[in-house]
Amino acid sequence: MDWIFIASHVGDYVGGAWVTLRFGLYGVLCSLALGMLCCLARYFRVPVLRQIAVGYIELARNTPLLVQLFFLYAGLPRVGIRFSAEACAVIGLTFLGGAYMAEAFRSGLEAVDKAQVEAGACIGLTRRQNIRYVIFPQALATAVPALFANVIFLIKETSVFSVLAMMDLMNVADTLRTSGGRTVEVLFMLVAAYLIILLPVSVIATMVERRLRYAGFGDQHSV
Amino acid sequence: MQDLGISILFKGINFQRLMGGLWVTLRLALITIGLSCLFGLLFGVLMLSKKRVAKVFCRVWLEIVRFMPQLVLLYLVYFGFARLFGWDLDGETSAVMVFTFWGTAEMGDLIRGALTSIPLHQTESAAALGLKKGQVYLYVLIPQTLRRYVLIPQTLRRLLPQAINLSTRIIKTTALVKMINVTEVLKVGQQIIGQFYRQPDAAFWVYFVIFLLYFLVCWPFSLLAKQLEKRWA
Repeated sequence: MDWIFIASHVGDYVGGAWVTLRFGLYGVLCSLALGMLCCLARYFRVPVLRQIAVGYIELARNTPLLVQLFFLYAGLPRVGIRFSAEACAVIGLTFLGGAYMAEAFRSGLEAVDKAQVEAGACIGLTRRQNIRYVIFPQALATAVPALFANVIFLIKETSVFSVLAMMDLMNVADTLRTSGGRTVEVLFMLVAAYLIILLPVSVIATMVERRLRYAGFGDQHSV
Repeated sequence: MQDLGISILFKGINFQRLMGGLWVTLRLALITIGLSCLFGLLFGVLMLSKKRVAKVFCRVWLEIVRFMPQLVLLYLVYFGFARLFGWDLDGETSAVMVFTFWGTAEMGDLIRGALTSIPLHQTESAAALGLKKGQVYLYVLIPQTLRRYVLIPQTLRRLLPQAINLSTRIIKTTALVKMINVTEVLKVGQQIIGQFYRQPDAAFWVYFVIFLLYFLVCWPFSLLAKQLEKRWA
């Protein structure tokens, strides 16, 4: 292992990690918003929007991000719809992630016991209050592990951004590998960089999940 | 007057070429799914082992798979193994190795979940009858996990939709072999676009059709999984 080579290229990887993390984060935030919208459209049975949401979720969940990116970045400009590489990255990741987040939210909503909703109605809560104080808090608590799993999944998926000629971690490593020939060092740093990014996310996820377990009630199992 | 770009897909054998490219990734996915089910079964059983070494081993394997993007693992094997061990693996072999490594851990975790959902009294009764540990797995737990058998169809009901979902994920992930120089559907698409460079919207239609092809392959599996989940819930 050539530590001098490694030390002299740490800066490149920090730059790459920043791109990975930044666009991963944009993608995650937009996915959460889109996922929530789709989930609400389905939950409240909004006409038209609901069907669009269902169709979109199926489409996004059943195609690879790599193919989606090729279509966005190399296909659409040919019919006059042009986005920058960065925009493609965020749009692509949001397209994919929104569907996964929507499913996570939905599983949370479905897990709320019917008795809870009825009990809420019984003590005189309006439908709006019932949703605000009874259904949503419980649904969100149940959905959190799935949501965090999606966050990690989406950050991992950013590794294909290199096809958009973005200097993310993968592309930094690829450039160094082809120019320097120090394959082992280059790959070692790549693995280390992804670990450094994803370990904290996983630790936070565990902490939040443990905290939310207090939200379990009475005889219900904590999930 | 120029034709629509989509017409190039039906010129000559272009469509067959695309399908051939799709088959390359699908074949890899099928091999991977098969191997992952096989090794995943062993992995799942190993995860339940009381031995510390086995537990740590499984844990580390699972965490590696959870944390590393599949593309990084592909690079490690395709480029790294040549350097480290002098193995000059071709793209498809590397892909099967990596995706099986990943699929085994994920499938193993699902199987562990299914195995632990079999009531403890099954294991205890078997032990009371004098069955050895291996026999317990072979004759009691695994048949119940895999088949809709005698007492506990729930295990299969739980396992099968999840396993099908994992399979669609494996099919989608095999698209990554494009990045290690395997000539699969995207690569074939690029070749076709290169040939028809005079047709300005060729790229749009080719990538659109590839998008649809993937959807048409994966969607039925997703529907099936959803259906099974609903019926068996």
